[in-house]
Amino acid sequence: MPTRSPTLEGEFARALRDPDLPLPGGVIAHTSLRPQKRFAVYRNNVMVGLIGALEARFPATKRIVGADFFTASARIFASAHPPHSPLMMTYGDAFPDFLATFEPAAELPYLADVARLEAARTRAYHAADARPLEPAALAGVEPEALAGLRFVLHPSVEIVASAFPVVAIWAMNGGESEFAELTDWRGEDALISRPMLDVEVRRMPAGARTFLQALGAGQPLGAAAEAALASSPEFDLTINLAALLGGGLAIAVINEALEDS
Amino acid sequence: MRFPSMLPASAGVGFKPQHFAAIAAARQPLGFFEVHAENYMGAGGTPHAQLGFLREHYALSIHGVALSIGSSEPLDRDHLARLRQLCDRYQPESFSEHLAWSSHGGIFFNDLLPLPYTQASLASIIAHVDEAQNALGRRMLLENPATYVRFAQSEIAETAFLREIARATGCGLLLDVNNVFVSARNHGFDASAYIADFPLDLVGEIHLAGHFETVDDAGAPLCIDAHGSPVIDDVLALFDDVVARAGPLPTLIEWDNDAPDWPALRGQALVAQGRLDRAGALRARSAA
Repeated sequence: MPTRSPTLEGEFARALRDPDLPLPGGVIAHTSLRPQKRFAVYRNNVMVGLIGALEARFPATKRIVGADFFTASARIFASAHPPHSPLMMTYGDAFPDFLATFEPAAELPYLADVARLEAARTRAYHAADARPLEPAALAGVEPEALAGLRFVLHPSVEIVASAFPVVAIWAMNGGESEFAELTDWRGEDALISRPMLDVEVRRMPAGARTFLQALGAGQPLGAAAEAALASSPEFDLTINLAALLGGGLAIAVINEALEDS
Repeated sequence: MRFPSMLPASAGVGFKPQHFAAIAAARQPLGFFEVHAENYMGAGGTPHAQLGFLREHYALSIHGVALSIGSSEPLDRDHLARLRQLCDRYQPESFSEHLAWSSHGGIFFNDLLPLPYTQASLASIIAHVDEAQNALGRRMLLENPATYVRFAQSEIAETAFLREIARATGCGLLLDVNNVFVSARNHGFDASAYIADFPLDLVGEIHLAGHFETVDDAGAPLCIDAHGSPVIDDVLALFDDVVARAGPLPTLIEWDNDAPDWPALRGQALVAQGRLDRAGALRARSAA
C-alpha cells in the first residue's frame, strides 16, 4: 500500500495561517500556475469562520467596542490562538483573558469581564440537563438538620466576579436593558445559570458569591452561611436560600443526618 | 444495486435554530431535516431539545463537518466517539461526511480543505472510511467537495476516486450538485460530463445550495461555495439531469449563512420537491 507523505498537507496548513508564506507546492489552477487569489479563498474562509464564531459568542463585547475594533481584535486572537478542538462551541474560552491584556482595549477595563460573562452564558447554554430541586424540597427537614445539608449545584451554574458593574454593562449592550447612565459604579458578581432551557443572568446580593462557591465546593449549609457572613455582614441567609431553590440552582440535597440514622 | 438510503426520496432542509418555532408550529411538508453533527456535541440544553423534537417527528440526517476524513493524519478517536454517541442517541437515517480535511498538527481549521487524488491518498481515505464505519457501526455517505485549487500531484479523476472509495469500503456517496457546478466552473470542466461519470447508483443523498461568483488571479470566473443564497437555475438543471437518470433521491436544501425566514427556505425545498415529483412521474410513465 502506498504511504502518504504528510508534507504537502502540513505545508498547506502552515500557509493557511501565514499569508507571508508562499503557495504550497503543487497547488495549481488551470488558469494560473500560481493561483494566489484562489488559495486566499481558503485563508479567508478559515479566518472569517473563526471571527464569526467569536462574534456569535461575544455580541455584547462587540457592541461595546464596535464592529471594526472587534474584528481586528478577533483576528489577532484567532491568529495567536487557533482552535485545537473541532467543537466550535468551545472556541473563545481564552478570548476574555486575551482581552484583559490586549493593549488597545486598556481604556475599557471592564471589557474582559463582560466577555467572561458571555463565555459563561455559552457554556451554560450547552451544559448538561438536570432537574432542579423543587422549591419545597426542604419542607420536611428537621430544623436542627438544616446546617448540615449539602447541595449539588446545577451543572450550568457559573459566577463571574467583577470589580465593575458587569451585569449592568452586559445587559445594556446585550439588548437586555435600555442604555442609561450608570450612576452606581460598583463591582457586581454575575450569576449565570440555566435551570431549564433559558440561560439566566442575575446580579448576586452581598455575600452570595461566597455562599454559593462554598456550597459548590461541598461545604454544608451552616459553614457556607458562616463564610458568607464573614465575607459580608449584610449576607441574608433566607434570601439566599430562597434564591438557591427558587432559582433552580441546586439539583440535589444531601442530608447526612438522615443517611446516618 | 442502489445504495440503500433510509431517508425518504423527497426534499429536506438543513435545520437552523432560528426556524425552530415555525417548524414546531405545524407539520411541515418535508421529507427530512439535516443537522451538522458538531453543533450537537454539547452536553444538553436547547440544541438537544430541538434535535429531539426533529427526531421524533421527521426523518433525520446527521452531517459531520469536522472529522477530517481526507487528512493524511490519523482520525481523531475522541471525535469518532462523540459521533458514535450522537448517532446512537438519535439513530439518524443517514450519516455523512466530506472528502476533505479540516485538522492538521492539532489545529482545527473549521473549513473543508482539498486534497490531491493519488494512490497514496486513496489508500489512506479508504482506511479512514473503514475506521469511521466500524466505529459508528453503520455505513456512511461521503460528499464530493467544492474546490478552488487543484494539485499537480493528482493522478486520479474525482469521480473515479469517489467510486473506488465506495467500492472498497461499501460507503455510499452524497452528491452535492452545487459543488459539482462550482468545481466545474472553477476548474474548467463540463459539469454534465462529471454527472455522467458519477456512480449515481451509489448516491444516498443530494445537496443543493447557493454560491456566488467572483474572479481568480487570471480574471477567470471563480465560484465560492457560500451557502448564502438561493440555488441557481443552472444547478437546478443539473439536478433535473441527475434525478432523470437516477430517479427521485433524498434532496437537501443547504442555506447556512444569512438564511431567509422559514417560509422562504421551505419554498426552496418545495421547488426541489416539485422537480423530484416530475422526475418520478416521468420514470413511472416510461416504465409503464
